[in-house]
Amino acid sequence: MKTKVVVAMSGGVDSSVTAALLKEQGYEVYGVTMRLSDRQETEGRKFGGCCGSKDFYDARSVAQTLDIPHYSFDYVEKFRGSVIGYFKDSYMKGETPNPCIACNQNVKFDALLNHATALGADYLATGHYARIERHDGPPTTTSGVTTKTSSPRVSGGDPSYLLKKAMDPSKDQSYVLYGLRQKELSKLLFPLGELTKTEVREIARRYSLRTADKPDSYEICFVPNEDYRQFISEEVPAEQRPSGSIRHVDGRVLGQHKGLPYYTIGQREGLGISVGKPLYVTKLDTETNTLVVGDKEDVLSTSMAVRDVTWVSGVAPKLPCDVSVKIRSRHVESPATLFSSSFPAGAGGESMDPRQGHSGMTTMKVVFDQPQSAITPGQAAVFYNGDIVLGGGVIDHV
Amino acid sequence: MSKHYIYLDHNATTKPRPEVVEAMLPHLRGHYGNASSIYQLGQEERKAIDIAREQLAKLIGVQNPEEIAFTGGGSESINWAIKGVAFANRDKGKHIVTTKIEHSAVMKTCKYLETIGWHVTYVGVDWHGRVEPAHIREAITKETVLVSVMHANNEIGTIEPVEEIGKICREKSVPLHVDALQTVGKIPISVEALGCDLLSIGAHKFYGPKGVGALYIRLGTRIHPLIHGGSHERNRRAGTENVAGIAGLGVAAELALKDMKHDEKHVRHLRDKLEKAILQHVECARLNGDPEHRMFNTSNLSIEAVEGEGLIIGLDMQGICVSSGSACSSGQTEPSHVLKAIGIPMELAKGSIRFSLGRENTDEEIDKVIDVFPKVVERLRGLSPLWSDYKKGLRKSVIAGKAA
Repeated sequence: MKTKVVVAMSGGVDSSVTAALLKEQGYEVYGVTMRLSDRQETEGRKFGGCCGSKDFYDARSVAQTLDIPHYSFDYVEKFRGSVIGYFKDSYMKGETPNPCIACNQNVKFDALLNHATALGADYLATGHYARIERHDGPPTTTSGVTTKTSSPRVSGGDPSYLLKKAMDPSKDQSYVLYGLRQKELSKLLFPLGELTKTEVREIARRYSLRTADKPDSYEICFVPNEDYRQFISEEVPAEQRPSGSIRHVDGRVLGQHKGLPYYTIGQREGLGISVGKPLYVTKLDTETNTLVVGDKEDVLSTSMAVRDVTWVSGVAPKLPCDVSVKIRSRHVESPATLFSSSFPAGAGGESMDPRQGHSGMTTMKVVFDQPQSAITPGQAAVFYNGDIVLGGGVIDHV
Repeated sequence: MSKHYIYLDHNATTKPRPEVVEAMLPHLRGHYGNASSIYQLGQEERKAIDIAREQLAKLIGVQNPEEIAFTGGGSESINWAIKGVAFANRDKGKHIVTTKIEHSAVMKTCKYLETIGWHVTYVGVDWHGRVEPAHIREAITKETVLVSVMHANNEIGTIEPVEEIGKICREKSVPLHVDALQTVGKIPISVEALGCDLLSIGAHKFYGPKGVGALYIRLGTRIHPLIHGGSHERNRRAGTENVAGIAGLGVAAELALKDMKHDEKHVRHLRDKLEKAILQHVECARLNGDPEHRMFNTSNLSIEAVEGEGLIIGLDMQGICVSSGSACSSGQTEPSHVLKAIGIPMELAKGSIRFSLGRENTDEEIDKVIDVFPKVVERLRGLSPLWSDYKKGLRKSVIAGKAA
């Protein structure tokens, strides 16, 4: 019997080529398109990403071209709660969410992966640019990271899996995959991890896939017109996002803000105040409903607290530990040291992922070698050792 | 995709029999004439249509084949029967009586008429999906111009007491339309015994081709055409005849009449074996529909704590084709109106699956399904928090708690 793989097909070129490659490699491939949103597009209200019905038809067309079965799975309710709901809540508590990570952790690599295996698939594959490396023997605590005191573990037994960056650094998506653990990695395939985008498009053309020249999508699929502020205005009643004062770090009140959810850390444009030099958002203080602004150097910090930490190996490294840390998807990771820390969950409150706690340590202090600009609560902090993803968590406070 | 499928979805469609395909081919090749033409090339086609009309007439007990008009399929026949009679009797009244478990071709046609001034009474059914003829009688008023009842339900297979309803309609002088899509070619039918004035037929439900059907219209029935144009089908249904399809329908009708008894015995045996095994091996499963008055090929089961959609995909990945409720477009996860009408709770209706067997199914195929089905159910239930609660004794089974 052939190995069965379910490919999550969004209707984009990456997942199309994922399906093509796996079929070429001899797998029995099943295409699945997730229904995530039932939002209706109307005149002047367009959705990007992978939610449109156009994308569904593109995925189906690709499946037909490749002569593979294609199904659609309904995750509308799951997505509404664990992604859209999370997205809104995150802004409401003064943070900046990453909905793609929430979707990966709760929908793609949880609900979809479970369904795929329950239906009889051996693997789930996606078009993410990242690599999974299989090793024989149990995971070493830190996957080879230089820790200040630890000793290497003995191997033997079940295979273990490393999550690594893509070969093409410009496309690497390992940042949004940090929440994966051994259980998931053993069931996942990322066939694009060794390829460049140019190669992927060439393969799509070779197979005459309809999506070969479809532009990449970077937008959040459920946010209309690529404007999260419009989403907030539509979804959050005005009384829940009251205006308040804009205060300089030095104490001066400079004006009124339109409601804290409309701002993010490091934001410079659209503050509606003018003091002769550029001002940056440094903090969203939900307790006093104050937007704090300051100069460029006021946005810099050297340390941060991270909550809901998970480890790809399933085992925390010995601390303190030297790593590189990436604090948003387009940040170049920066050297830092991890320290154990237990802080009361601040603005964060409840853990986003109820499956936490296996390592017994889910909060962590990160001290960078160099100050970082605009460390933003709510965004993911991902820990790397070279190409290897060690784990990560959610930035709680600076 | 040239896989071998175990096809258990014959209420959705069937595989045309080889004799049917053979009968169609000449009309797609050399015999391309227009049946309305005077010259011989046209006359050959006219002859093929007339033969098919006689073949179908025999199957449904019609003495005068001219009472049969060919259409573009079952849905068209149904639309024509309902709208055609409604429009022709506008001066008499604007009330229609039907049931709550009709196929959407009937339902949506009636809903449409409601938007343009007609009134429709949807008579309820019992726990087994049977309509009580007395309730039809009570629903008929002086304004009623049509009663429309299905012969057998496509989702649960329940056979309706059409003969009794036919008597009532005659007594009240109201025309009766019977949607017989699921029964024509499978069980003996006589329009006289049913007492109907209109009867809808679709060829692909009994091993004929898709895209062709027929409407029986009793002589003297007041009906308007649905499709206007040329004088085809005695001015009743315009459009150049689909001769290949009609010839295929005719042969399918002839074969159905010949093999009906044998096929019923074979299919009933397989269906009973499958149903018995599943109800025995799958915990918390129940049969939907009438145990007695039921199509011999249909088995609709509710499987607790499982999503029907997942079950279908899981079975498809094993090469088994079944469906949940009626075949609906992807994207629709609303539970079926039929299961709702017979009082199946929402959570059970979502986990319902329909097996509909056919003449080509074999004992080996059914054995494979009996082996695979409980495993797929078990794997899917592994994901269900409802099921784990039930197993831990934290929650009662909906099925176990309800006497069927």
